[in-house]
Amino acid sequence: MGKQLNIFVENRPGRLESVTQSLLECKINVKAFTLQDRGDYGLMKLIVDQPDRAYLEMANMNFACALKDILTVSIPDQPGNLHKLMTALAQNKINVLDAYGFVLQPEKQGVCCLEIGDIKNTNAKVVVQEAGFVVLDDEELYSL
Amino acid sequence: MQIPYWNKEIETASRQYLEEIQLQRLKETVGWALQTPFYKKKLNKVGISSGDDIKTLEDLKRIPFTTKDDLRQNFPKGLLAMDMKEVVRIHSSSGTTGIPTVIYFSRKDIENWSDLVARSIVATGAVSEDIFQNMMTYGLFTGGLGLHYGAEKVGMTVIPVGGGNTIRQVQIMKDYQTTLVHATPSYLLHIHSILQKNNISLKHLNLHKAFIGAEPHSENTRRKIQELFNIDAYNSYGLSEMNGPGVAFECMYKKDMHVWEDAYIVEIINPETGELLEEQQQGEVVLTNLIRHAMPLLRYRTRDLAFLHSGTCQCGRTHRRLSRIMGRTDDMLIINGVNVFPSQIEEAVMKIPEVGTNYQIYVKKEGAIDKLIVNVEIYSKMFKGTASQLDTLKHKIKEEVKASIVITPKIVLHEPGFLPVSEGKAKRVIDSREAL
Repeated sequence: MGKQLNIFVENRPGRLESVTQSLLECKINVKAFTLQDRGDYGLMKLIVDQPDRAYLEMANMNFACALKDILTVSIPDQPGNLHKLMTALAQNKINVLDAYGFVLQPEKQGVCCLEIGDIKNTNAKVVVQEAGFVVLDDEELYSL
Repeated sequence: MQIPYWNKEIETASRQYLEEIQLQRLKETVGWALQTPFYKKKLNKVGISSGDDIKTLEDLKRIPFTTKDDLRQNFPKGLLAMDMKEVVRIHSSSGTTGIPTVIYFSRKDIENWSDLVARSIVATGAVSEDIFQNMMTYGLFTGGLGLHYGAEKVGMTVIPVGGGNTIRQVQIMKDYQTTLVHATPSYLLHIHSILQKNNISLKHLNLHKAFIGAEPHSENTRRKIQELFNIDAYNSYGLSEMNGPGVAFECMYKKDMHVWEDAYIVEIINPETGELLEEQQQGEVVLTNLIRHAMPLLRYRTRDLAFLHSGTCQCGRTHRRLSRIMGRTDDMLIINGVNVFPSQIEEAVMKIPEVGTNYQIYVKKEGAIDKLIVNVEIYSKMFKGTASQLDTLKHKIKEEVKASIVITPKIVLHEPGFLPVSEGKAKRVIDSREAL
Protein backbone atom coordinates (compact mmCIF):
# COMPACT_ATOMS: atom_id res chain seq x y z
CA MET A 1 0.00 0.00 0.00
CA GLY A 2 1.23 3.46 -0.81
CA LYS A 3 0.63 7.07 0.11
CA GLN A 4 -0.82 9.67 -2.19
CA LEU A 5 -0.65 13.41 -1.53
CA ASN A 6 -3.99 15.16 -2.04
CA ILE A 7 -3.93 18.96 -2.34
CA PHE A 8 -6.90 21.31 -2.38
CA VAL A 9 -6.61 23.70 -5.32
CA GLU A 10 -8.96 26.39 -6.47
CA ASN A 11 -10.14 26.24 -10.04
CA ARG A 12 -8.46 29.32 -11.46
CA PRO A 13 -5.36 30.07 -13.51
CA GLY A 14 -2.05 29.76 -11.75
CA ARG A 15 -3.06 27.50 -8.91
CA LEU A 16 -1.46 24.35 -10.33
CA GLU A 17 1.61 26.37 -11.10
CA SER A 18 1.86 27.43 -7.46
CA VAL A 19 1.74 23.75 -6.44
CA THR A 20 4.41 22.71 -8.93
CA GLN A 21 6.53 25.72 -7.98
CA SER A 22 6.37 24.74 -4.32
CA LEU A 23 7.17 21.11 -5.11
CA LEU A 24 10.14 22.28 -7.10
CA GLU A 25 11.37 24.41 -4.21
CA CYS A 26 11.29 21.38 -1.90
CA LYS A 27 12.88 19.17 -4.57
CA ILE A 28 10.00 16.72 -4.64
CA ASN A 29 9.80 14.50 -7.70
CA VAL A 30 6.35 13.75 -9.09
CA LYS A 31 5.81 10.18 -10.31
CA ALA A 32 2.18 10.44 -11.32
CA PHE A 33 -0.69 12.83 -10.79
CA THR A 34 -4.30 13.42 -11.59
CA LEU A 35 -6.69 16.28 -11.08
CA GLN A 36 -10.24 15.86 -9.84
CA ASP A 37 -12.61 18.65 -10.84
CA ARG A 38 -15.38 19.78 -8.47
CA GLY A 39 -16.47 23.02 -10.09
CA ASP A 40 -15.00 25.96 -8.16
CA TYR A 41 -12.24 23.81 -6.82
CA GLY A 42 -10.52 20.55 -7.35
CA LEU A 43 -8.16 18.06 -5.81
CA MET A 44 -4.71 17.41 -7.12
CA LYS A 45 -3.61 13.85 -6.34
CA LEU A 46 0.06 13.05 -6.58
CA ILE A 47 2.39 10.15 -6.20
CA VAL A 48 5.77 11.54 -5.26
CA ASP A 49 9.13 10.16 -4.33
CA GLN A 50 8.93 11.27 -0.67
CA PRO A 51 5.29 11.60 0.36
CA ASP A 52 5.81 12.23 4.09
CA ARG A 53 8.29 15.01 3.54
CA ALA A 54 6.23 16.45 0.69
CA TYR A 55 3.20 16.59 2.96
CA LEU A 56 5.06 18.38 5.76
CA GLU A 57 6.65 20.90 3.41
CA MET A 58 3.43 21.66 1.59
CA ALA A 59 1.42 21.96 4.83
CA ASN A 60 4.10 24.31 6.11
CA MET A 61 3.58 26.46 3.05
CA ASN A 62 -0.08 26.64 4.06
CA PHE A 63 -1.50 24.33 1.40
CA ALA A 64 -4.58 22.43 2.50
CA CYS A 65 -3.33 18.91 1.89
CA ALA A 66 -3.48 15.39 3.27
CA LEU A 67 -1.96 11.95 2.74
CA LYS A 68 -4.26 9.16 1.62
CA ASP A 69 -3.61 5.41 1.55
CA ILE A 70 -3.90 3.89 -1.89
CA LEU A 71 -3.49 0.44 -3.36
CA THR A 72 -1.14 0.37 -6.34
CA VAL A 73 -1.40 -2.68 -8.50
CA SER A 74 0.97 -3.71 -11.24
CA ILE A 75 -0.97 -4.94 -14.27
CA PRO A 76 0.45 -6.58 -17.37
CA ASP A 77 -0.27 -4.32 -20.33
CA GLN A 78 -2.53 -6.64 -22.31
CA PRO A 79 -6.24 -6.55 -23.16
CA GLY A 80 -8.54 -7.84 -20.43
CA ASN A 81 -6.29 -7.40 -17.42
CA LEU A 82 -7.99 -4.29 -16.13
CA HIS A 83 -11.29 -6.11 -16.46
CA LYS A 84 -9.88 -9.04 -14.54
CA LEU A 85 -8.84 -6.71 -11.70
CA MET A 86 -12.23 -5.02 -11.57
CA THR A 87 -14.02 -8.37 -11.60
CA ALA A 88 -12.05 -9.50 -8.59
CA LEU A 89 -12.91 -6.31 -6.71
CA ALA A 90 -16.56 -6.45 -7.72
CA GLN A 91 -16.99 -10.07 -6.70
CA ASN A 92 -15.65 -9.20 -3.28
CA LYS A 93 -17.88 -6.11 -2.99
CA ILE A 94 -14.93 -3.75 -2.65
CA ASN A 95 -15.86 -0.18 -3.50
CA VAL A 96 -13.47 1.97 -5.49
CA LEU A 97 -13.73 5.67 -4.67
CA ASP A 98 -11.29 6.90 -7.23
CA ALA A 99 -8.82 5.32 -9.58
CA TYR A 100 -6.37 6.11 -12.30
CA GLY A 101 -3.86 4.13 -14.28
CA PHE A 102 -0.96 4.49 -16.60
CA VAL A 103 1.33 2.37 -18.71
CA LEU A 104 4.86 2.05 -17.46
CA GLN A 105 6.37 -0.12 -20.17
CA PRO A 106 4.20 -0.51 -23.30
CA GLU A 107 2.91 -4.06 -23.75
CA LYS A 108 4.63 -5.09 -20.55
CA GLN A 109 3.57 -3.25 -17.41
CA GLY A 110 0.90 -0.82 -16.37
CA VAL A 111 -0.02 0.48 -12.93
CA CYS A 112 -3.46 1.01 -11.46
CA CYS A 113 -3.83 3.25 -8.39
CA LEU A 114 -6.95 2.57 -6.37
CA GLU A 115 -8.50 4.65 -3.63
CA ILE A 116 -10.68 2.29 -1.68
CA GLY A 117 -13.21 3.27 0.98
CA ASP A 118 -12.08 2.33 4.49
CA ILE A 119 -9.07 0.62 2.96
CA LYS A 120 -7.56 -0.61 6.24
CA ASN A 121 -10.65 -2.63 7.08
CA THR A 122 -11.00 -4.43 3.76
CA ASN A 123 -9.14 -7.38 2.39
CA ALA A 124 -8.57 -5.52 -0.87
CA LYS A 125 -4.88 -6.27 -0.96
CA VAL A 126 -5.43 -10.01 -0.50
CA VAL A 127 -8.21 -10.04 -3.09
CA VAL A 128 -5.97 -8.38 -5.64
CA GLN A 129 -3.07 -10.71 -4.92
CA GLU A 130 -5.27 -13.80 -5.08
CA ALA A 131 -6.45 -12.64 -8.50
CA GLY A 132 -2.84 -12.94 -9.60
CA PHE A 133 -1.70 -9.29 -9.48
CA VAL A 134 1.35 -7.84 -7.83
CA VAL A 135 0.78 -5.06 -5.33
CA LEU A 136 3.64 -2.59 -5.45
CA ASP A 137 5.32 -1.98 -2.12
CA ASP A 138 6.21 1.55 -1.03
CA GLU A 139 9.72 1.44 -2.31
CA GLU A 140 8.71 0.19 -5.75
CA LEU A 141 6.02 2.82 -5.97
CA TYR A 142 8.07 5.85 -4.98
CA SER A 143 10.96 4.86 -7.24
CA LEU A 144 8.84 4.25 -10.34
CA MET B 1 -13.73 46.30 48.47
CA GLN B 2 -13.41 50.06 48.46
CA ILE B 3 -15.12 51.35 45.30
CA PRO B 4 -13.50 54.49 43.94
CA TYR B 5 -15.80 57.23 42.67
CA TRP B 6 -15.11 60.57 41.03
CA ASN B 7 -18.48 62.02 41.97
CA LYS B 8 -20.23 59.58 44.25
CA GLU B 9 -23.40 61.59 44.67
CA ILE B 10 -24.11 61.64 40.92
CA GLU B 11 -22.73 58.21 40.12
CA THR B 12 -24.90 56.48 42.73
CA ALA B 13 -27.92 58.78 42.47
CA SER B 14 -31.43 57.31 42.56
CA ARG B 15 -33.29 56.99 39.26
CA GLN B 16 -35.71 59.64 40.41
CA TYR B 17 -32.93 62.10 41.16
CA LEU B 18 -31.22 61.33 37.86
CA GLU B 19 -34.46 61.95 35.98
CA GLU B 20 -34.92 65.27 37.77
CA ILE B 21 -31.46 66.31 36.64
CA GLN B 22 -32.18 65.08 33.12
CA LEU B 23 -35.42 67.05 32.88
CA GLN B 24 -33.89 70.26 34.13
CA ARG B 25 -30.91 69.91 31.79
CA LEU B 26 -33.06 68.91 28.83
CA LYS B 27 -35.10 72.13 29.22
CA GLU B 28 -31.87 74.09 29.26
CA THR B 29 -30.45 72.21 26.27
CA VAL B 30 -33.61 72.72 24.21
CA GLY B 31 -33.35 76.41 25.02
CA TRP B 32 -29.76 76.45 23.69
CA ALA B 33 -30.73 74.42 20.63
CA LEU B 34 -33.44 76.93 19.76
CA GLN B 35 -30.65 79.45 19.18
CA THR B 36 -29.66 77.55 16.03
CA PRO B 37 -31.59 78.00 12.77
CA PHE B 38 -31.62 74.24 12.30
CA TYR B 39 -33.30 73.36 15.60
CA LYS B 40 -35.49 76.47 15.68
CA LYS B 41 -37.20 75.28 12.50
CA LYS B 42 -37.32 71.68 13.56
CA LEU B 43 -38.62 72.32 17.09
CA ASN B 44 -41.14 75.00 16.14
CA LYS B 45 -42.69 72.51 13.74
CA VAL B 46 -43.58 70.24 16.66
CA GLY B 47 -44.77 73.10 18.82
CA ILE B 48 -41.67 73.68 20.92
CA SER B 49 -40.56 77.29 21.06
CA SER B 50 -38.89 77.45 24.47
CA GLY B 51 -37.19 75.10 26.92
CA ASP B 52 -40.25 75.39 29.14
CA ASP B 53 -42.33 73.57 26.53
CA ILE B 54 -40.57 70.48 27.81
CA LYS B 55 -42.70 69.56 30.83
CA THR B 56 -41.63 65.97 31.41
CA LEU B 57 -39.01 63.62 29.99
CA GLU B 58 -41.83 62.10 27.93
CA ASP B 59 -41.80 65.30 25.88
CA LEU B 60 -38.45 64.25 24.46
CA LYS B 61 -40.36 61.87 22.18
CA ARG B 62 -41.94 64.85 20.43
CA ILE B 63 -38.55 65.96 19.18
CA PRO B 64 -37.56 64.51 15.78
CA PHE B 65 -34.29 62.64 15.43
CA THR B 66 -31.11 64.37 14.29
CA THR B 67 -28.94 62.50 11.79
CA LYS B 68 -25.41 62.69 10.49
CA ASP B 69 -26.89 63.98 7.23
CA ASP B 70 -28.42 66.91 9.12
CA LEU B 71 -24.95 67.77 10.40
CA ARG B 72 -23.51 67.59 6.91
CA GLN B 73 -26.27 69.58 5.28
CA ASN B 74 -25.84 72.33 7.85
CA PHE B 75 -22.07 72.41 7.64
CA PRO B 76 -20.24 74.34 8.92
CA LYS B 77 -22.18 76.47 11.40
CA GLY B 78 -25.87 75.58 11.12
CA LEU B 79 -25.94 73.86 14.50
CA LEU B 80 -23.69 76.26 16.38
CA ALA B 81 -25.64 77.66 19.34
CA MET B 82 -23.09 80.20 20.62
CA ASP B 83 -21.14 83.10 19.31
CA MET B 84 -17.94 81.87 17.67
CA LYS B 85 -15.85 83.91 20.11
CA GLU B 86 -17.13 81.69 22.94
CA VAL B 87 -15.91 78.61 21.12
CA VAL B 88 -12.54 77.35 22.38
CA ARG B 89 -12.19 74.11 20.42
CA ILE B 90 -13.27 72.45 17.20
CA HIS B 91 -13.19 68.71 16.62
CA SER B 92 -14.25 67.04 13.44
CA SER B 93 -14.47 63.80 11.56
CA SER B 94 -11.87 63.34 8.86
CA GLY B 95 -14.38 64.04 6.12
CA THR B 96 -12.76 61.47 3.86
CA THR B 97 -16.21 60.19 2.94
CA GLY B 98 -17.63 63.63 2.16
CA ILE B 99 -18.37 66.76 4.15
CA PRO B 100 -16.79 66.56 7.62
CA THR B 101 -18.87 66.44 10.78
CA VAL B 102 -17.78 69.37 12.91
CA ILE B 103 -18.36 69.80 16.65
CA TYR B 104 -17.86 73.03 18.64
CA PHE B 105 -16.95 73.30 22.31
CA SER B 106 -17.12 76.22 24.73
CA ARG B 107 -14.68 76.39 27.65
CA LYS B 108 -17.38 75.01 29.94
CA ASP B 109 -18.15 72.22 27.46
CA ILE B 110 -14.52 71.09 27.52
CA GLU B 111 -14.57 71.15 31.33
CA ASN B 112 -17.76 69.10 31.45
CA TRP B 113 -16.40 66.61 28.99
CA SER B 114 -13.08 66.28 30.83
CA ASP B 115 -15.02 65.68 34.00
CA LEU B 116 -16.95 62.80 32.41
CA VAL B 117 -13.70 61.29 31.17
CA ALA B 118 -12.16 61.64 34.64
CA ARG B 119 -15.20 59.91 36.08
CA SER B 120 -14.81 57.10 33.53
CA ILE B 121 -11.12 56.66 34.31
CA VAL B 122 -11.67 56.49 38.05
CA ALA B 123 -14.51 53.98 37.59
CA THR B 124 -11.99 51.48 36.16
CA GLY B 125 -9.92 51.72 39.32
CA ALA B 126 -7.17 53.79 37.69
CA VAL B 127 -5.53 56.25 40.10
CA SER B 128 -3.51 59.45 40.07
CA GLU B 129 -0.29 57.40 40.48
CA ASP B 130 -0.82 55.76 37.09
CA ILE B 131 1.62 56.47 34.27
CA PHE B 132 -0.74 56.90 31.32
CA GLN B 133 0.48 56.50 27.76
CA ASN B 134 -2.15 57.82 25.40
CA MET B 135 -1.71 56.03 22.07
CA MET B 136 -4.79 57.50 20.43
CA THR B 137 -4.31 60.01 17.66
CA TYR B 138 -4.25 63.62 18.82
CA GLY B 139 -5.75 66.32 16.65
CA LEU B 140 -9.21 66.71 15.21
CA PHE B 141 -10.08 63.18 16.33
CA THR B 142 -11.55 63.30 19.86
CA GLY B 143 -9.97 60.09 21.15
CA GLY B 144 -6.55 61.56 21.91
CA LEU B 145 -7.33 64.92 23.52
CA GLY B 146 -10.48 63.62 25.24
CA LEU B 147 -8.65 61.08 27.37
CA HIS B 148 -5.71 63.44 27.79
CA TYR B 149 -7.77 66.11 29.53
CA GLY B 150 -9.60 63.60 31.71
CA ALA B 151 -6.39 61.89 32.72
CA GLU B 152 -4.74 65.16 33.72
CA LYS B 153 -7.81 66.01 35.72
CA VAL B 154 -7.43 62.73 37.64
CA GLY B 155 -3.80 63.72 38.20
CA MET B 156 -2.14 60.87 36.34
CA THR B 157 1.22 61.27 34.65
CA VAL B 158 0.18 61.65 31.04
CA ILE B 159 2.46 60.72 28.13
CA PRO B 160 0.84 62.28 25.06
CA VAL B 161 2.61 60.11 22.53
CA GLY B 162 -0.33 59.81 20.13
CA GLY B 163 -0.79 57.05 17.57
CA GLY B 164 1.70 55.07 15.54
CA ASN B 165 5.46 54.49 15.65
CA THR B 166 5.24 51.21 17.50
CA ILE B 167 8.95 50.80 18.24
CA ARG B 168 8.95 54.18 19.95
CA GLN B 169 5.74 53.33 21.84
CA VAL B 170 7.40 50.21 23.24
CA GLN B 171 10.56 52.13 24.15
CA ILE B 172 8.48 54.70 26.03
CA MET B 173 6.56 51.96 27.80
CA LYS B 174 9.88 50.59 29.02
CA ASP B 175 11.54 53.92 29.82
CA TYR B 176 8.71 55.39 31.88
CA GLN B 177 7.24 52.10 33.12
CA THR B 178 3.83 52.92 31.71
CA THR B 179 1.03 51.35 33.77
CA LEU B 180 -1.96 52.28 31.64
CA VAL B 181 -2.51 52.71 27.90
CA HIS B 182 -5.35 53.92 25.74
CA ALA B 183 -5.49 52.42 22.23
CA THR B 184 -7.66 50.66 19.71
CA PRO B 185 -7.85 46.89 20.26
CA SER B 186 -6.23 46.21 16.90
CA TYR B 187 -3.29 48.47 17.73
CA LEU B 188 -2.69 46.67 21.02
CA LEU B 189 -2.63 43.35 19.17
CA HIS B 190 -0.13 44.87 16.77
CA ILE B 191 2.05 46.07 19.64
CA HIS B 192 2.08 42.56 21.03
CA SER B 193 3.33 41.16 17.75
CA ILE B 194 6.13 43.76 17.77
CA LEU B 195 7.09 42.78 21.32
CA GLN B 196 7.35 39.18 20.21
CA LYS B 197 9.25 39.97 17.06
CA ASN B 198 11.81 41.95 19.02
CA ASN B 199 11.93 39.43 21.84
CA ILE B 200 10.85 41.97 24.43
CA SER B 201 9.54 40.23 27.51
CA LEU B 202 6.55 41.57 29.42
CA LYS B 203 8.86 41.59 32.44
CA HIS B 204 10.48 44.73 31.10
CA LEU B 205 7.12 46.49 31.02
CA ASN B 206 4.93 47.55 33.91
CA LEU B 207 1.57 47.52 32.17
CA HIS B 208 -1.54 46.86 34.28
CA LYS B 209 -4.48 48.27 32.39
CA ALA B 210 -5.69 49.34 28.97
CA PHE B 211 -8.64 51.38 27.83
CA ILE B 212 -9.75 50.06 24.46
CA GLY B 213 -12.20 51.74 22.15
CA ALA B 214 -12.80 53.59 18.88
CA GLU B 215 -13.63 50.38 17.05
CA PRO B 216 -16.22 47.70 17.76
CA HIS B 217 -14.64 44.52 19.07
CA SER B 218 -15.82 41.24 20.52
CA GLU B 219 -15.47 39.87 24.03
CA ASN B 220 -13.03 37.36 22.54
CA THR B 221 -10.77 40.18 21.39
CA ARG B 222 -10.80 41.74 24.85
CA ARG B 223 -10.00 38.37 26.41
CA LYS B 224 -7.14 37.90 23.98
CA ILE B 225 -5.65 41.32 24.82
CA GLN B 226 -5.96 40.63 28.55
CA GLU B 227 -4.25 37.28 28.21
CA LEU B 228 -1.47 38.41 25.88
CA PHE B 229 -0.44 41.33 28.09
CA ASN B 230 -1.65 39.92 31.39
CA ILE B 231 -3.63 43.11 32.06
CA ASP B 232 -7.22 44.31 32.55
CA ALA B 233 -8.77 45.89 29.47
CA TYR B 234 -11.81 48.17 29.73
CA ASN B 235 -14.23 48.90 26.92
CA SER B 236 -14.96 52.53 26.18
CA TYR B 237 -17.68 54.18 24.11
CA GLY B 238 -17.99 57.61 22.65
CA LEU B 239 -18.36 59.51 19.40
CA SER B 240 -17.34 63.02 18.48
CA GLU B 241 -20.96 64.10 18.02
CA MET B 242 -21.37 63.38 21.74
CA ASN B 243 -17.99 64.98 22.66
CA GLY B 244 -15.90 61.87 22.18
CA PRO B 245 -14.80 59.22 24.69
CA GLY B 246 -16.53 59.30 28.06
CA VAL B 247 -20.13 58.73 26.94
CA ALA B 248 -20.08 55.25 28.45
CA PHE B 249 -17.29 53.30 30.11
CA GLU B 250 -16.82 50.01 31.86
CA CYS B 251 -16.27 50.07 35.60
CA MET B 252 -13.84 47.73 37.35
CA TYR B 253 -16.36 44.87 37.04
CA LYS B 254 -16.16 45.02 33.22
CA LYS B 255 -19.79 44.04 32.71
CA ASP B 256 -20.82 46.50 29.98
CA MET B 257 -20.50 50.27 29.97
CA HIS B 258 -22.23 52.71 32.31
CA VAL B 259 -23.79 55.53 30.28
CA TRP B 260 -23.41 58.80 32.22
CA GLU B 261 -27.10 59.57 32.32
CA ASP B 262 -26.77 62.95 34.00
CA ALA B 263 -24.94 64.10 30.85
CA TYR B 264 -26.69 62.08 28.13
CA ILE B 265 -30.17 60.75 27.57
CA VAL B 266 -29.85 57.38 25.90
CA GLU B 267 -32.60 55.71 23.91
CA ILE B 268 -32.57 52.54 21.81
CA ILE B 269 -34.75 52.52 18.72
CA ASN B 270 -35.71 50.21 15.91
CA PRO B 271 -33.52 51.66 13.13
CA GLU B 272 -36.19 51.10 10.50
CA THR B 273 -39.32 52.32 12.21
CA GLY B 274 -37.85 54.71 14.78
CA GLU B 275 -39.97 53.01 17.43
CA LEU B 276 -38.51 53.00 20.96
CA LEU B 277 -37.28 49.64 22.18
CA GLU B 278 -37.28 48.17 25.67
CA GLU B 279 -34.21 47.41 27.72
CA GLN B 280 -32.40 44.23 26.56
CA GLN B 281 -33.64 44.76 23.00
CA GLN B 282 -30.95 45.48 20.50
CA GLY B 283 -31.34 48.51 18.29
CA GLU B 284 -29.77 51.79 17.28
CA VAL B 285 -28.34 53.98 20.05
CA VAL B 286 -29.85 57.48 20.11
CA LEU B 287 -28.21 60.11 22.33
CA THR B 288 -29.06 63.61 23.51
CA ASN B 289 -26.39 65.77 25.10
CA LEU B 290 -27.47 67.51 28.26
CA ILE B 291 -24.37 69.55 29.05
CA ARG B 292 -22.97 70.89 25.78
CA HIS B 293 -23.86 74.48 25.18
CA ALA B 294 -21.92 75.35 22.02
CA MET B 295 -23.49 72.60 19.95
CA PRO B 296 -26.35 70.70 21.54
CA LEU B 297 -27.59 67.64 19.66
CA LEU B 298 -31.05 66.28 20.38
CA ARG B 299 -31.92 62.62 19.76
CA TYR B 300 -28.86 62.04 17.62
CA ARG B 301 -28.89 58.75 15.71
CA THR B 302 -25.46 57.22 16.27
CA ARG B 303 -25.93 54.29 13.82
CA ASP B 304 -24.35 52.07 16.50
CA LEU B 305 -26.25 48.93 17.44
CA ALA B 306 -26.41 47.86 21.08
CA PHE B 307 -28.83 47.26 23.92
CA LEU B 308 -29.34 48.82 27.33
CA HIS B 309 -29.85 47.19 30.68
CA SER B 310 -30.51 48.40 34.19
CA GLY B 311 -30.10 46.26 37.24
CA THR B 312 -27.62 46.86 39.98
CA CYS B 313 -23.95 46.77 39.24
CA GLN B 314 -21.58 45.53 41.95
CA CYS B 315 -19.84 48.90 41.79
CA GLY B 316 -22.95 50.63 43.16
CA ARG B 317 -23.37 52.95 40.18
CA THR B 318 -26.97 53.46 39.17
CA HIS B 319 -26.37 54.63 35.62
CA ARG B 320 -27.69 52.06 33.17
CA ARG B 321 -25.30 50.02 31.10
CA LEU B 322 -24.83 49.77 27.36
CA SER B 323 -23.78 46.50 25.78
CA ARG B 324 -20.79 46.28 23.50
CA ILE B 325 -21.46 47.75 20.07
CA MET B 326 -22.76 44.85 18.00
CA GLY B 327 -22.45 46.55 14.65
CA ARG B 328 -23.48 49.63 12.74
CA THR B 329 -26.76 50.29 10.98
CA ASP B 330 -24.72 51.30 7.94
CA ASP B 331 -23.24 47.80 7.88
CA MET B 332 -26.67 46.42 7.17
CA LEU B 333 -27.14 44.85 3.76
CA ILE B 334 -30.56 44.53 2.20
CA ILE B 335 -30.49 41.39 0.10
CA ASN B 336 -33.64 40.72 -1.89
CA GLY B 337 -35.53 42.76 0.69
CA VAL B 338 -34.16 40.91 3.70
CA ASN B 339 -32.02 42.76 6.25
CA VAL B 340 -28.72 41.07 6.82
CA PHE B 341 -25.91 42.07 9.14
CA PRO B 342 -22.43 40.84 8.24
CA SER B 343 -21.99 39.84 11.89
CA GLN B 344 -24.74 37.22 11.47
CA ILE B 345 -22.85 35.68 8.58
CA GLU B 346 -19.57 35.86 10.51
CA GLU B 347 -21.08 34.05 13.46
CA ALA B 348 -22.50 31.29 11.26
CA VAL B 349 -19.29 30.80 9.30
CA MET B 350 -16.85 31.03 12.20
CA LYS B 351 -18.45 28.30 14.27
CA ILE B 352 -17.44 25.70 11.68
CA PRO B 353 -14.03 24.25 12.59
CA GLU B 354 -12.95 23.58 8.99
CA VAL B 355 -13.16 27.31 8.25
CA GLY B 356 -10.00 29.39 8.62
CA THR B 357 -9.81 32.88 10.14
CA ASN B 358 -10.62 34.74 6.96
CA TYR B 359 -13.84 35.16 5.02
CA GLN B 360 -15.42 37.73 2.73
CA ILE B 361 -18.99 38.64 1.89
CA TYR B 362 -19.74 39.64 -1.67
CA VAL B 363 -23.10 40.88 -2.94
CA LYS B 364 -23.93 41.38 -6.59
CA LYS B 365 -26.87 41.70 -8.95
CA GLU B 366 -27.76 38.86 -11.25
CA GLY B 367 -30.50 40.33 -13.41
CA ALA B 368 -33.03 41.66 -10.93
CA ILE B 369 -31.95 39.27 -8.19
CA ASP B 370 -29.37 39.96 -5.48
CA LYS B 371 -26.80 37.22 -5.09
CA LEU B 372 -24.94 36.67 -1.85
CA ILE B 373 -21.57 35.01 -2.16
CA VAL B 374 -19.57 34.04 0.88
CA ASN B 375 -15.90 33.43 0.21
CA VAL B 376 -14.37 31.19 2.82
CA GLU B 377 -10.81 30.05 3.35
CA ILE B 378 -10.49 26.50 4.49
CA TYR B 379 -8.43 25.70 7.56
CA SER B 380 -5.51 23.62 6.33
CA LYS B 381 -5.16 21.57 9.51
CA MET B 382 -8.74 20.32 9.25
CA PHE B 383 -8.43 19.13 5.66
CA LYS B 384 -8.66 15.36 5.32
CA GLY B 385 -7.87 15.16 1.63
CA THR B 386 -11.15 14.09 0.10
CA ALA B 387 -13.37 15.92 -2.34
CA SER B 388 -16.43 14.67 -0.50
CA GLN B 389 -15.27 16.44 2.66
CA LEU B 390 -15.08 19.68 0.70
CA ASP B 391 -18.53 19.15 -0.79
CA THR B 392 -19.96 18.41 2.65
CA LEU B 393 -18.23 21.46 4.12
CA LYS B 394 -19.62 23.69 1.42
CA HIS B 395 -23.08 22.36 2.06
CA LYS B 396 -22.70 22.77 5.83
CA ILE B 397 -21.62 26.42 5.54
CA LYS B 398 -24.49 27.10 3.19
CA GLU B 399 -27.00 25.58 5.61
CA GLU B 400 -25.56 27.43 8.62
CA VAL B 401 -25.71 30.80 6.86
CA LYS B 402 -29.17 30.08 5.51
CA ALA B 403 -30.43 29.14 8.97
CA SER B 404 -29.11 32.42 10.32
CA ILE B 405 -30.22 34.91 7.64
CA VAL B 406 -32.89 33.02 5.63
CA ILE B 407 -31.09 33.77 2.38
CA THR B 408 -29.35 30.98 0.52
CA PRO B 409 -25.79 32.03 -0.21
CA LYS B 410 -23.36 30.68 -2.74
CA ILE B 411 -20.34 29.40 -0.88
CA VAL B 412 -16.94 29.53 -2.53
CA LEU B 413 -14.11 27.65 -0.86
CA HIS B 414 -10.65 29.13 -1.12
CA GLU B 415 -7.17 27.95 -0.37
CA PRO B 416 -5.66 29.21 2.88
CA GLY B 417 -4.12 32.65 2.33
CA PHE B 418 -6.19 33.55 -0.73
CA LEU B 419 -8.29 36.32 0.80
CA PRO B 420 -6.62 39.64 1.62
CA VAL B 421 -5.28 39.82 5.17
CA SER B 422 -6.97 42.42 7.32
CA GLU B 423 -4.83 45.27 8.57
CA GLY B 424 -6.72 47.27 11.14
CA LYS B 425 -10.25 47.66 9.94
CA ALA B 426 -10.93 44.63 7.79
CA LYS B 427 -12.79 45.04 4.53
CA ARG B 428 -14.97 41.97 4.70
CA VAL B 429 -18.00 43.17 2.78
CA ILE B 430 -17.99 44.03 -0.89
CA ASP B 431 -21.28 45.24 -2.33
CA SER B 432 -20.91 45.55 -6.08
CA ARG B 433 -24.56 46.61 -6.47
CA GLU B 434 -23.64 50.14 -5.36
CA ALA B 435 -21.68 50.68 -8.53
CA LEU B 436 -24.70 50.07 -10.76
